Formats: sequence, structure tokens, C-alpha cells
Amino acid sequence: MTAQTIKSRIADVIIWILVLAFTLSCLVPLLNLVAISFSDNAAASANLVSIFPVNFTFSSYEKLLSDSQFWRSFMISVERVALGLLVNMTLMILTAYPLSKSSKQFRGQKVYMNLVIFAMLFSGGLIPTFMVVKQLHLLDSIWSLILPGAVPIGNVILLMNAFRGVPKSLEEAATIDGASQWTILGRIYLPVVLPTLATVMLFTIVGHWNDYFGALVYINKASNYPLQTYIQQLSVEVQNVTDPEKLMELAKISDRTLNAAKIVVSTLPLLLIYPFMQKYFVSGIVVGSVKE
Amino acid sequence: MRNKKDQAAFHFMMLPGMIFLIIFSFIPMFGIVMAFQNYIPAKGISGSSWVGLDNFKFMLQIPDSKQIFANTIIIAVWKIIVGTLVSIIFALLLNEIRVRFAKRFMQTVVYLPNFLSWAILATVVMNIFSYEGPINAFLGWFGIDPILFMASNDWFRPMLVLTDVWKGFGYGSIIYLASLTSIDPGQYEAASIDGANRFKQLWYITLPGLMPTIILVTTLNLPNVLNAGFDQIFNLYNPLVYQSADIIDTYVYRVGLVERQYSLGTAVGLLRSVVGIILILSANKLAQKFTDYRIF
Repeated sequence: MTAQTIKSRIADVIIWILVLAFTLSCLVPLLNLVAISFSDNAAASANLVSIFPVNFTFSSYEKLLSDSQFWRSFMISVERVALGLLVNMTLMILTAYPLSKSSKQFRGQKVYMNLVIFAMLFSGGLIPTFMVVKQLHLLDSIWSLILPGAVPIGNVILLMNAFRGVPKSLEEAATIDGASQWTILGRIYLPVVLPTLATVMLFTIVGHWNDYFGALVYINKASNYPLQTYIQQLSVEVQNVTDPEKLMELAKISDRTLNAAKIVVSTLPLLLIYPFMQKYFVSGIVVGSVKE
Repeated sequence: MRNKKDQAAFHFMMLPGMIFLIIFSFIPMFGIVMAFQNYIPAKGISGSSWVGLDNFKFMLQIPDSKQIFANTIIIAVWKIIVGTLVSIIFALLLNEIRVRFAKRFMQTVVYLPNFLSWAILATVVMNIFSYEGPINAFLGWFGIDPILFMASNDWFRPMLVLTDVWKGFGYGSIIYLASLTSIDPGQYEAASIDGANRFKQLWYITLPGLMPTIILVTTLNLPNVLNAGFDQIFNLYNPLVYQSADIIDTYVYRVGLVERQYSLGTAVGLLRSVVGIILILSANKLAQKFTDYRIF
């Protein structure tokens, strides 16, 4: 072996070690959480659990089954994702399609486009938006979590760019056959932009599932919180304690295994769609950002 | 005839989206007048008295405000710098891994944290960095006293940067990995025939090839200078570290909504929006100038 190849081998080893370190840093904390959820509470609060459960038990999951508030919040999240997906996707497609036309083909395209961009750039901010939702009597309703963000402008622009990439000749052929714009959108454009559609759909699902803040602002009754807000509230009592000693005490007596189980279960739906997501979001990001 | 039908269809399609934008984006914009009022909810916008720029003057007077603006920018800038660097380094390292199965697996793992919410990850982070947690146990082996990472003004900011970068570096590396694949392999062959070692190839071929993407991503990150990460800070902070961690967004939430000082909250929010727009427009101009890319 030449000196060159030996050096290259050493470089390879170092590279592998570094990449593995990066990867493990993402994997280990999550495995730790899973391990805690399957350990007994004594071991968990004594910090004896690494990535393998100590004194393996299902007890925290059994406790979780009887936590009716958790499941209520879970179902509210499911409902929110379903409704949100329907509203967001419909509005995104209907808004992005006309915007993707040239101002020659759709007179008024420019006006609409400017309005959309203005709405993206400038907003009234948190408090005025809150006032509007309140005035519409949407507070405490699931619609307060969906309607204020009904038109996700970032995704509209992504979809609009995808529509623009569809070959014009397809549309022209359909026009000669007498197809209406609705038919052209449904039969030609949507099937062609399916990958982008899948990307924004997954972003929408993840967005609705992960959002805790909307409910914090718009929902007053804790029993109507979606899952992530419910989880977020678990740590609030700890957060508002300022005395470090008390903080440690609180952390000790809190039911760590049960909390870990709650987090694992609330992450599960996301993990289930994740493998399908990956294919799409990688290409989605690349198409959206690198233009060669 | 045909054209008229199309126009009608297009307008009709735009209608629902525009209705929602008007209600939830444009109408709230009028609410901004609250920033120039002493807004009292019972009296509403029409009944509340006008105070001109008093809210803004008050905002600049309170000692917290300088701290809050400084915190926002310091935290955000550190996140952008460290986040970009780590994403690039990780992409370069991963690019050298030739075992396809391993590469796939590691990519899947590092992209994942980005899809978990801070409401969840906060618990993970607090577990690991807690007083009796694994990190402190590890430091204990070297005789270092345990550190209250999440309750110390010295440590909280570095923790924010570290955990934010941890969450996002995998996702951030996607775009760099993509542009690495578009570098012509012929260049590497030519270079190795000329006797360039791997480091030299990295320096003279890979990095220059990556440069346009780096410039683009950094430019597009510019507007984030005011976006220090509400979700993360809101879920990780506590009153002990307000001094080093309170940012504009957390402040608006606390003062505006929790303490119900609507006018002050709106004023701070307005200032943030205005600076934000200036940043977005500049980023768009810069990106167009340097890379032919337009955000919109």
C-alpha cells in the first residue's frame, strides 16, 4: 500500500466515526425516551435507563390506556388533521391553479398574485388575528385551529410553481376537445403534479399534528386541547417554578415513565407515515430550492 | 365565448382562498391601529383613545426591550451560522460514505428530529440536560460539578443553539447533498490523475461546486434574523432565564396575550413585521442578483 492509500483509509475511518456520531446523537435521545417508557418508575427517576429498558414493564402503557384526557386529545388531533387537510388542500389547489396562469390567459392574475404576496409578507400579528377569531366566535372551536391558516401561502407558491412546469401542449389538446378549466385542472394538472401534491400534503399533516400553539391561544378549555398542547402542558408546571431546588424535586416526583409513554404514543402516527414521507419531502425540497 | 368561460372559472377558483385571506390576513392588518391606541377590549377599536406613538416610546423606554431585541438577533444569528456550517459539514461527510445501505439509514435517522415538535423534543432535551441527567453524570466522571443547563443564563443560549442545530442539521443537509450529486464526477477523476488527494479535491472541486447553493441558502436565511425560534424557546425557557432567552415573539405572547397589554404587544409585533418585510425584500433582491433565484 502506498502512503496515499493509507492516509485515505485513515480518513475513511475518521469520516465514519464522525457520521456515526452525528447519527447516534439523533437516535439515542429518542431511543432513551422509548426505553424510559418501558422501564419501571423507580429506575427511570433514578436515571438508570439508557437505551435499554430497566425492569421491563408495560405498566405505564396500561396507565395510559385509562387516561381519558389523553385519548380525548388524541382524537381531537386526528379530527384536526382530517379537517385541516381537507380545507388546506382544497384551498391550496384552487388558489394555486389560477395563479399559475399567465396574466394573458387569466386577466387579473397579477392583482391576485400581489394580494397573496402582500398577505405573505405582512400580517396583523398575533394579537389582531386573535381579536378577529374572537369576534367571529370561533374561540374554543376546532375551526379556530384550521380557518386562520386555511390558505398556507408558502405551499400555494410551491404548488403554483409545479403547475407552471406542466407542459402547455397538454392543456391545448384538452382545450380543443372542449374541456373546461375544471376538467383540465382535475384530469391533467393534478395527476402531473402528484409528487408535489404529496409533499405539501405531508407538510400539512405534520403541521397540523405538531401544532400546539394554536390551541394555547384559541382554546380556553384544557379538555379541548389537541395532543401536542396537552403534552406541552405537562411540562408547564415544571417551567413556572423558579426555585432550582423545587424544580429538581418536581422532576423527581413527576411520573416520568407515563410522560415518556405519552410522548411515544403521540409520536407514533408521525413515525408511521415517515417512511412514505421521506421519498417525497427530499425531492420536494430539492425541486423547491435548487434550480439548475 | 370560450375565453369568458375560462375567466369566470379562474375567478371562481380564487374566491374561497381570497375570502379566507381577507378575513384572517387583511382584516387583522387594520387591527394594527391598536398599536397607536390605548386599547381597551370593552370599548373596542372605535371607542379606545388614540395615543399616537406613546406605545412605541414606552416600548423603547422599558429596560427589557433592548435586551429582547438583542437576544432575538444574537440567538438567531448564532443559529444561522452554526446551523449552516454543521449542515454543510455533515453533507460533506455523508457524501464520502459509499455503503449505500448505511447512507440511507443514517439519512433517515438525521432527518427525523425536524419532524418532531418542540413540545415533544423539549421533554427529550430536558431529560438529557437535567441536573441529574446523563450529560451531568458524564461530566461527573471528570470531576465536573453538575450544571443547571436549562436554568442558567450563561448556559441557556448555547443550549438553544446546540439543540436547534441538532434538530435541523439533517434536514438542512438535504439541499447540500442534492447539489453535491450535481458536481461532474469527471472533475474528480481528472483531479486524482493529477495527484490531488481527497482533501485537495474537497477544497478545489467540492466546495466551489457547493458555493452557489451555500450563497443561496444563506441569503434566503436572512429574513430569519428576526426569527429566533418561538416554539423552541417557549417550550424550553423559564422565568430564571428570561434575561438571556426572551425574544420578541415570546415577549409579545407573554405581554400581549397573557398579560393582556394588547396595545403594547401589537406595537412590538408591528415593529417586528416591518423589519421582517425589509429583510425578506432584501433577501429576494440579493438572491435574484447573485443566483437568479426568486423567492416570489
